[in-house]
Amino acid sequence: MKLITAIIKEEKLDEVREALIAAEIERITVTRVSGHGRQQEIVVQRGKTIIPNLIPKVQITIACNDEFEDIVVDTIIQTARENGGKVGDGKIFVQELKECIRIRTGERGGKAI
Amino acid sequence: MNSTPSFTRRLIRLLPLLLLAAIPAMAQGTTPTPATDSGATAWMLTSTTLVLLMVPGLAMFYGGLVRTKNVLGTMMHSFASMAVVGVLWAVIGYALSFGPNALGGLIGWDKGLVLLRSIDHTILPSGVPEYVFAMFQGKFAIITPALIAGAVAERISFKGWMAFITLWVIFVYTPLCHWVWAADGFFFNIGAKGAIDFAGGTVVHISSGVSGLALALYLGARHGYPKAAMSPNNLVMVLMGAGLLWVGWFGFNAGSSIGSNLDTARALCVTQVSAAAGALTWVLIETIMDERPTSLGMASGILAGLVVITPAAGVVQVGGAICLGIIASCGCYGMIQLKNKLGYDDSLDAFGVHGTGGIIGAIGLVFFIRESWWAEAGQKIAGWGVMKQLMVQLTAVGTTIVFSVVMTLIIAFIVNKTIGLRVSENVEKTGLDHDIHGERGYGLTNLN
Repeated sequence: MKLITAIIKEEKLDEVREALIAAEIERITVTRVSGHGRQQEIVVQRGKTIIPNLIPKVQITIACNDEFEDIVVDTIIQTARENGGKVGDGKIFVQELKECIRIRTGERGGKAI
Repeated sequence: MNSTPSFTRRLIRLLPLLLLAAIPAMAQGTTPTPATDSGATAWMLTSTTLVLLMVPGLAMFYGGLVRTKNVLGTMMHSFASMAVVGVLWAVIGYALSFGPNALGGLIGWDKGLVLLRSIDHTILPSGVPEYVFAMFQGKFAIITPALIAGAVAERISFKGWMAFITLWVIFVYTPLCHWVWAADGFFFNIGAKGAIDFAGGTVVHISSGVSGLALALYLGARHGYPKAAMSPNNLVMVLMGAGLLWVGWFGFNAGSSIGSNLDTARALCVTQVSAAAGALTWVLIETIMDERPTSLGMASGILAGLVVITPAAGVVQVGGAICLGIIASCGCYGMIQLKNKLGYDDSLDAFGVHGTGGIIGAIGLVFFIRESWWAEAGQKIAGWGVMKQLMVQLTAVGTTIVFSVVMTLIIAFIVNKTIGLRVSENVEKTGLDHDIHGERGYGLTNLN
């Protein structure tokens, strides 16, 4: 099992989600996060330029069985990437998932995902 | 004002002409320069302020209904109207609306009223300085185009919107306002006592509602509509907006008596009752049909009740106001269900509530007019009755609908071909706030 965490642009969420659903990846957790990578977003307020140190992003967390890893990662890359790719498109982290338990039934492992 | 008819019409600005016509209502305003009536003026100043309060109220109402990424862009539509029409009205809007007939009555025009120059010393026969009247009317001109924004929310471009409302106020609002409320206007003078539109059922709500529908159909649906979920981002703000609208509406309706008298009291009373009846009905319908009373339903019912009583506030009594409020909520609820079936994208139901409620009010009021009004109408034209007044109302409503739709489509076409009316699909996905304004509505929810 894998735990896939993707940090993407806020505005890409709808597109990524539509594509994931089309690929039959429907179980997903979404959080608003703030962070900093290489991207600098310049904001102009009353004529004054402000460079915020933390930029709002959206974090998607998906737990899946090993055979779905590539589908999830490829789908996110295809939809979250700006035309040709830009700084700020985000990152995907893939981790080994030790255990998964469905609270309702107590099922464990791959079938609980 | 013992000789005042039960239903005082909005201002009468051509004093000499009216004195010649010897209208009884004006009998006590015979002095050439009436003194300022401080009571009436104080109420009209208050009403003017209350009507302006409706615009941020509307901004909150609409702003709360859209998705998070469009909250600022949508609120900006209302505020843009305050800025654009605030200037436009003083420069030429008032002259076009309340000048004497020009172009065969199609519009009003008086060069002296440009920049409100000629009213610097004018006190109206009702004892209210004309500046107050001009500003009061200006607030109506501000909120009317702002209402249209609800039909095209989340997809119209800011530049296109600015251009559209400028042209719309000049070519749709001011002619309608002139026909209905100017002393020599066409609708003001048809039938026994004119087409009844106390505070803007035709001029404000029908015109904005049907124009919104026309513009929504011209622009097409939002990306993903109706499949994608488009949930309101902040229903708390929607309720606060609805509350502000309700409060402001007392200025809108009770202020439309242009005085502080019996008519003011009547208008205020029926406004309150109709809004409450509308809210109650909508919540009841939802409880029966959907099993859950929603806050959005409460807000929508309040609006339906307020819209429907707007044309009728001068002529109906409390019983009629309750009936109209109930009918309005049923009608508007039904229209929104129909919209969901037909699939057109009137995003925030500007037509569903304002168009539908305005039409129900302007036509339905005929059946609830108080006896004394009929008596006065009967004195002017013997045998004046429900059917005859109904024809007058239908003429006014029909003309307003056709005129607004045709003109809106022409303006939309011109703006679309020149500076563009709709944002690109990319901007629509990202949201108006970030792409057009470079801001975010809810920065506080992020750590930065």
